[in-house]
Amino acid sequence: MADAPTPYERFIQGILPENPVYRQLLGLCPVLAVTNGMNAAMTMAGAVAFVLFCANIITSLIRDLLKPHLRIVIFTLTIATFVTIADRFLAAYMYQMSKTLGPYIPLIIVNCLIICRCEVCASKQSVIHAGMDAIGQSIGFAIALGSIAAVREILGTGMLFGIRVLPEMWPDWVVMVLPPGAFLTLGLLLGAVNWYGMRKETAGATA
Amino acid sequence: MNSTTLDRIRNNYVVQAWLVLILAICFGGSLAAMQVALGPIIEANKINETLQKVPEMILGPKKAAALTETEQLKIEPQTIEVEKNNRKCFYSVFKANYPDGKPAGWVAKAVGQGYADKIEVLVGLDHKLKTITGLFVLDQKETPGLGNKIIFDDWRSQFVKKKTKTPLVVTKEGAKKGNEIDSITGATISSRAVCSIINTVVKDLRTPLTKGAN
Repeated sequence: MADAPTPYERFIQGILPENPVYRQLLGLCPVLAVTNGMNAAMTMAGAVAFVLFCANIITSLIRDLLKPHLRIVIFTLTIATFVTIADRFLAAYMYQMSKTLGPYIPLIIVNCLIICRCEVCASKQSVIHAGMDAIGQSIGFAIALGSIAAVREILGTGMLFGIRVLPEMWPDWVVMVLPPGAFLTLGLLLGAVNWYGMRKETAGATA
Repeated sequence: MNSTTLDRIRNNYVVQAWLVLILAICFGGSLAAMQVALGPIIEANKINETLQKVPEMILGPKKAAALTETEQLKIEPQTIEVEKNNRKCFYSVFKANYPDGKPAGWVAKAVGQGYADKIEVLVGLDHKLKTITGLFVLDQKETPGLGNKIIFDDWRSQFVKKKTKTPLVVTKEGAKKGNEIDSITGATISSRAVCSIINTVVKDLRTPLTKGAN
């Protein structure tokens, strides 16, 4: 494991170099579904962060006991438990938001980002690595959700976090808060991130 | 015990899955404990959401907000059984009385099919079920920007003071008659769905709720 990434590398990679949405294209279901408003997007990011952190820590703690053919069952069991906790917590203390997010909180169970991090990092590295990886990936996921939600909410409703930021005369682009708006925004931002990455690589190669 | 028996035990599915079983028991126990702690709060949230809306549904938002503590309506939840097409269906209704015992009105919870999914509404009615006094959408998953405009005050307010004698109908050409409701542009199905829910709830509850009211 001499070449394995250090905790700091795990943390930093999750934010941009290995961003779960823009680089790995993981967890796209909530990215498309709940990004029509910043409030919903940030709550989803928080719930995913909680589940990812807890699942990574538990998986890392029991990594020596995992049998290869049963590991996916254990990952799913662990993730489902923490998703249920997040879902019930939201229903108890953020009732309206829980209603807004509807089925997308329980659907975190099948978010491939979390199972991927359990498989790639937590089941192979220490608790510190797993924890830092979860924090980095969660920040990366929140940045992706936030950037898409900001574009969609501002253009679609003229507001951000429910507060008006564009003048009243702005003709709301309703399509942006509808499903096509999610695909358009994701595609354009994904293209922009890739273009920026390629430009940086080219600049590095010529220097 | 010879080595073959030991191998057989080791390869047994249940023995192999010992970690899964232990984790399932631990996680199940913690979820049960959490449900015990949070379950009542979640139930209370659901009931509170409905109860808070009852005075507003009957008196209107302004009058409901102006009520002092001694003027608060007395709300009594009831379940009404209605037989339709040889099938029993149940309505959650809230009977509201003024503090002096005079009837203020009824609020009925009703569910119906919308464009995307079920729409759940609260319908406020006067105590004789002759006039609609309020409408609130508790739950809906209609298209954002189009069908979900059923939740906005602008659209819901046109139901207030409508008579229930003739069923409500949706129109695209501007409501003129007493029983007409303006459709939401681009969301006629959602608009019709809400009207249909109201028409059904009024029809179903008219007899059971007005039996003793005069």
